[in-house]
Amino acid sequence: MVGMLSTPTTSLRVQARPAGFFVDVASVARRAIRQIPREPEAVIPALIVPIFFYVLNIGALSKITHDVGHFSFKSFELPVAVVFAVTGVSRASALVTDIQNGYFDRLMITPVRRLPLLLGLMTADLTLVMALAVPVVLVGLAFGVRFHGGLLGIIVFVILSGIWGLVFTGLPYAIALKTGNPGAVNASFILFFPITFLSTTFVAKPYLQGWLGAVATYNPMTYILQGLRSLIVGGGGVPGPEPAWNAAYLGQAILAIAAFGAISLSLALLALRGRVRRP
Amino acid sequence: MTEPAIATKDIARQFGDFWAVAGVDLEIAPGEIYGFLGPNGAGKSTLVRMLCTLLRPSRGRGLVAGYDVAHEPERVRLQIGVALQDAALDDRQTGRELLDLQGRLYGLRREERSVRVAQVLRLVDIGTAIDRQIKTYSGGMKRRLDLAAALIHDPDILFLDEPTTGLDPESRAAVWEEVRSLNEQHGTTIFLTTQYLEEADELADRVGIISRGRLVAEGTPDELKRTVGTDVIVARVESLSDATLQALRAVPGVDKVVASHDEVTVHADNGATVMSPVAIALHTAGTTVVSLTLRTPTLDDVFLQLTGSHLQDGASPDAPERTSHGAHGEDPGAGIGGGGSSTTAAEEARA
Repeated sequence: MVGMLSTPTTSLRVQARPAGFFVDVASVARRAIRQIPREPEAVIPALIVPIFFYVLNIGALSKITHDVGHFSFKSFELPVAVVFAVTGVSRASALVTDIQNGYFDRLMITPVRRLPLLLGLMTADLTLVMALAVPVVLVGLAFGVRFHGGLLGIIVFVILSGIWGLVFTGLPYAIALKTGNPGAVNASFILFFPITFLSTTFVAKPYLQGWLGAVATYNPMTYILQGLRSLIVGGGGVPGPEPAWNAAYLGQAILAIAAFGAISLSLALLALRGRVRRP
Repeated sequence: MTEPAIATKDIARQFGDFWAVAGVDLEIAPGEIYGFLGPNGAGKSTLVRMLCTLLRPSRGRGLVAGYDVAHEPERVRLQIGVALQDAALDDRQTGRELLDLQGRLYGLRREERSVRVAQVLRLVDIGTAIDRQIKTYSGGMKRRLDLAAALIHDPDILFLDEPTTGLDPESRAAVWEEVRSLNEQHGTTIFLTTQYLEEADELADRVGIISRGRLVAEGTPDELKRTVGTDVIVARVESLSDATLQALRAVPGVDKVVASHDEVTVHADNGATVMSPVAIALHTAGTTVVSLTLRTPTLDDVFLQLTGSHLQDGASPDAPERTSHGAHGEDPGAGIGGGGSSTTAAEEARA
């Protein structure tokens, strides 16, 4: 068969074929990452809000705490600021837009595998939340926070925060894929509040009283903050001399992230399966 | 005989109690342009969505390029290009990025993508806008980009679901030209749905007419129009009575009379000779005629005859202005006055 047009380059006939799982993930992620700087309105608040609260909190509350060793309130609060920056940032709203305007159908007609449609977005999210964690850490360093775990501690801190941000996206994605409704996706942000605030957000666990202490015990955020704090102040954020690397605290943080992720990502995958199953 | 590019057997789709497609048999040969013509809600898009693997048939079977749409969707997807009803694009990508992503998802290598992007761009003519974000595109450009995206992997079978709905006449003509050249130069099989009879008439080798989920007629545009007769006289009247219809049916040479709202369509083999008797019959029956037009049949007449209603109610920007001009058909005919304000109407019809 002849080519479409008569010029020499047009004699090329191509054969569509499945691109391969990782190529599919990379293709979807590439598009999603490219979109991020084109939507600064979605990214800038995610950076400014945690820095604002960090500065506000340490300004208002540092005076009622006292520094011991590596411990200071600004050290104690830095993980909270990073968690604020990375939690709830996702491409779920963009996914809903794709579903609503039919672009998701266009993707579904291609031979792309279905799982990369989600994993590609999550790859972009992981890239973004790690990129968001870095300037927050830099602000902390500028305020004089020093990581007991050194540079490696900072790297582990950013990676752990990023992975937490990633597993949290399972919830908005599950809602986006299940409902295809932008309002519902925005409302998923309210999950952020109990998870981040019913925990050791402002005071260490031994000082939490009553029901808040009980709730915090079962909130994975408590263990994530504890693990992140251990990288800065050593130990779990409780004043006092502790070793720089606390395997138990880091292990609990990883376990908490994994447990939360098992639930949130399962929900997202179930919702994806429902969405891509032909009605 | 070669295997059909698209074949369906009693394919049907139910939503709740409603059968959007109620059992359709089709056989479309490779290289054919098949126009699927019907009004909004007739089931055109549902059929396309089944054939391009987005919807499961509730009943029956669909084969595309020899593969079953229900059981081998992955294989079907590799053979087809699809432009759905609303240009499904991502506003924040540039046209080139969108095409490149599309090429990646079809497994094309870098050099293949760059050649194919250049090829489809020459075909659909988006110009330098290709490097701008899609949100800056006009409706016509979006449609053309959508078409380009559907073609990036060089599919043998192309589904176009209402490719020109909402486009201005110039953009519509451009899309028609692109469809024609694809088919002629490349032999692409094209399954085109439309609610515009001119589009089906202009582009399709064969036309299937769908109404309420069923295929009610199929053939070349000429074959279909011949079923109506050689000529059509359309009288728009102030009020239509049974007496008027009986009077028209009694006119010698009249084959058929079809009434629709305030309009009556008279089919005849020789329209010119029955024009005057028809006018007299209308006058004698006491009917006030707004306009009276003689023309050759259109696919809309076929649709009207088959279903009792018009294909569209002015949905097309250049839809037939039958009521006063009557000059839309391929061969605008002569009109004569039929009482009331008919003199003006007749002059318009002659113009």
